[in-house]
Amino acid sequence: MASKLIDKYMREDHLPHIWCPGCGHGILMRNVAKAIDNLGINQEKVCLVSGIGCAARAAGYMDFQTMHTTHGRAIAFATGVKMARPDLEVIVIAGDGDIAAIGGNHLIHAARRNINITVIVFNNDIYGMTGGQYSPTTPTGDYGTTAPYGNLDRPFDIGLLAAAAGASYSAKGTCYHVPQTIKLIEDGIKHKGFALIDCLGVCPTYYGRKNKKGGAVEMLTRQKENMITAEQAYKLPIHERESKVILGKIAENDFPEFTEEYQKIIDRLVKQNG
Amino acid sequence: MTRKVLMQGNEAVVEGAIKGGMRFFAGYPITPSTEIAEMAALKLPRVGGRFIQMEDEIASMAAVLGASAVGTKTMTATSGPGFSLKQENLGYGCMTELPCVVVNVQRSGPSTGLPTSPSQGDVMQAKWGTHGDHPVIALSPSSVEETYHLTIRCFNLAEKYRTPVILLMDEIVGHLREGVSIPENEQVDIIERKLKERPDVFHLPYHVCEGEYVPRWHLTGYDVRYNITGLAHGVDGFPTNNNEIAGALVTRLVEKINHGYEDIVTFEEYMLDDADMMVVCYGGTARSVKTAVDMARAQGIKVGMFRAITVWPSPEKELKALSKKIKSVIVAEHNYGQYSLEVQRIIERPVGFVGKVDGTVITPDEVLAKIKEGR
Amino acid sequence: MKNNKKLVINTAWCKGCGICSAFCPKQVLEVKAKVKIVNLDACIYCGQCEMRCPDYAIYLEDTNNDA
Repeated sequence: MASKLIDKYMREDHLPHIWCPGCGHGILMRNVAKAIDNLGINQEKVCLVSGIGCAARAAGYMDFQTMHTTHGRAIAFATGVKMARPDLEVIVIAGDGDIAAIGGNHLIHAARRNINITVIVFNNDIYGMTGGQYSPTTPTGDYGTTAPYGNLDRPFDIGLLAAAAGASYSAKGTCYHVPQTIKLIEDGIKHKGFALIDCLGVCPTYYGRKNKKGGAVEMLTRQKENMITAEQAYKLPIHERESKVILGKIAENDFPEFTEEYQKIIDRLVKQNG
Repeated sequence: MTRKVLMQGNEAVVEGAIKGGMRFFAGYPITPSTEIAEMAALKLPRVGGRFIQMEDEIASMAAVLGASAVGTKTMTATSGPGFSLKQENLGYGCMTELPCVVVNVQRSGPSTGLPTSPSQGDVMQAKWGTHGDHPVIALSPSSVEETYHLTIRCFNLAEKYRTPVILLMDEIVGHLREGVSIPENEQVDIIERKLKERPDVFHLPYHVCEGEYVPRWHLTGYDVRYNITGLAHGVDGFPTNNNEIAGALVTRLVEKINHGYEDIVTFEEYMLDDADMMVVCYGGTARSVKTAVDMARAQGIKVGMFRAITVWPSPEKELKALSKKIKSVIVAEHNYGQYSLEVQRIIERPVGFVGKVDGTVITPDEVLAKIKEGR
Repeated sequence: MKNNKKLVINTAWCKGCGICSAFCPKQVLEVKAKVKIVNLDACIYCGQCEMRCPDYAIYLEDTNNDA
C-alpha cells in the first residue's frame, strides 16, 4: 500500500527501509524518485550505483538497475557503467563519509573529468551505519563516538568541493526544502556533465542525539530557520557561513562532457580506418 | 597468412585482449605494466572501444567491474603495489560474478621493491589476496606468443565462469621482445556470456539453471531491473543475513570453478616420459628451466619440466599422478618459495627449490646445478 | 471546489517520528506510537505530510477514477 510514486519507483517488498525513525534519507530518496518522475526518464535506462553506508542502501530500495558496490567507490563503478553504456542515465547516491572521505579522490577526479553522472549526497554529518563516528562534514567541535572531546577537523562543504574540482553542476539541497531540492536534483540529472547535489540530511539517532540537536522535527525546523540561498551564502565570510543551511546552485557550466568527447575520437578513427 | 612480428609481452596482452573482445580498459600507470595501458589507449578507440586512465588502481578495478556489469568485456593491468590496491574490488568482482581480466605484471617486492626487476612474488597473493573465501583463475604465460593466446583465453574463461580472471605475468615476459606469429584473420573461439532464456528468471540475477553452476546474464536496460551487491545475497541479488543462503552462495562460487577443472587447467609437459626427476615452474622462469633440462639431458640426466600454464586452480591431478612415478621434484620460481608450498601440499612430500628474490633472473646454470644436486 | 483526494495511512510503515504531524498546517494528524488522523475535516490536502514522511506511510490518493 503506497502512493503511485512509491509504487512505481520503489521495491515495495523491501520496504519499510532499515533507516531509523525520523531519518532524512527517506525524504531524500523520495525526492530522487520524484525528480526522475518529473523528468519522465525511462525507468529501465536508469542505473543507480551506491557504495557502502546508510545512504548506499537506497540502491536496494529504488526500482532501477541497481549496483550496491564497495565503500567509497560508487563513482568509480559508475564511471565504468557510463563509459560502457553512455545511453544509460547513471546516478550515484552516497553518504558524506562514503563520498568525501574514503571516496574523496574518486569524487574530485570525476568532477574534473566532467563525466555525465549525477551524484546525490545524503549528507547527515556522521557515520550512521557504524554507529555515530565523526565524518568529513561533521562541524568542528561537534561530537561523535570517535570525537568524544569534540571534533578537531574542519568540515568539507561537499558542494563547494565538487565545484572547485571542476564539476559543471553543483548544488545544495536540504531535507526540509522538498520542492526546491527536487528541482535541484532534476536540473542535475538533466545537466550534461558531472552534477552533484549535496543534500543536508537529518540523523536524529546519532548526530542529533550526540550533539543535543533534538529529534527529527527540531532538526528539520532548524534547516527551515537557518536557510540562506547559495547566492547569499558564498558572499559571506566563511565563519558566518558555517552555521547556515545553504540551498541553491553553486555552479552550472557548459563544459565538454567526457563520453561525448571520447565518442568524437572513436568516430574520427573508425572513419579513418574505413 | 601469418603475420610475423617483433612484439613485447605487454603489447601482446593488448593484441590478444582486443581479439578476445575487450572493449573497455581502465588503468593507472605503474611499472612494469604501463605499456599495456598505453597500447590500450592507442588501440581501443580504433575498434570502437573505450579507454580511461582512472585516478588510482582502486578506481580502475571498480570502473572495469562497472562496465562489465552492463555487458562489456573489460580489462585492467597493473603490477605489485597496484595489485594490492585492486584486491578490494577484485573480491567484489568474485562475489558479484562480474567477468573481467586483471593483468598483473609481477615485479620485485615487497612494497615498491624493485620496480623494473622480475619476480613471481604475487603468486600466492593472486589466490589469497582478497579477504574471504573464493576461488581464482590465474594463467601465467612464458612467451610473448603465448601471452597473446592466453589473454584471449582469459577473456573466454571470465565470461564462461563469470569471474575475474588474472593474467599473472612477470617482468621477464612483460618486457621481453621476441618474434611472434599471429595468423591474419585467424578464427579464434570467442565465448560470450550465456544469456538467460527464461523470462520468469530475468529479474533473478543469480538464478542458476538446473545442471549449471554459473548464473546466466540478462542485459541491463531492458525489461527488468535487478540489484547486485557485494553483501551475501540470494538468487534475487538482494542482501541477506540468512546463513543458509550465504553458505550456499560461497559454496557455489567454489564449486563452479572446481567443476570446470578439466576445462580450466592447462599445463605443458617437457621430456617427462622417461624422467625420474622433474622441475615444476610457471611463467618466465620456464625459459631458463627448459634450457637447463636440455643441458642436463645432454649430460644424460633424465629430467623433464612440468609447467603450470593455469597456475590457479593448480594442476593437482596431473602433479599428483606424475609424483607417483617421478622420484624427485624441484620447484623453480622467482620468490622465496610460494608455489613450492602448493606443490608440496599436492604431492605430499618435500620438494627441492630454486628461487631468487634479488631481482635477477634465475639462470639455466642455476637450475642445472640444482638438478645435479638433486640427483 | 470538489475534493477528489483521499488521505491514506499505511500504519505498517509508520515509525512514529512525528514529522507529519509537526509540519501539518491544520493539525489533522497526531503521532503517538503511530500516526493517526484526528481531524480529517480540517485537512486541506496540501500534501506536506506525504512529501515529508521519510517512511512513505502517509499519502494522498487520487480518487478521480473511483467515481
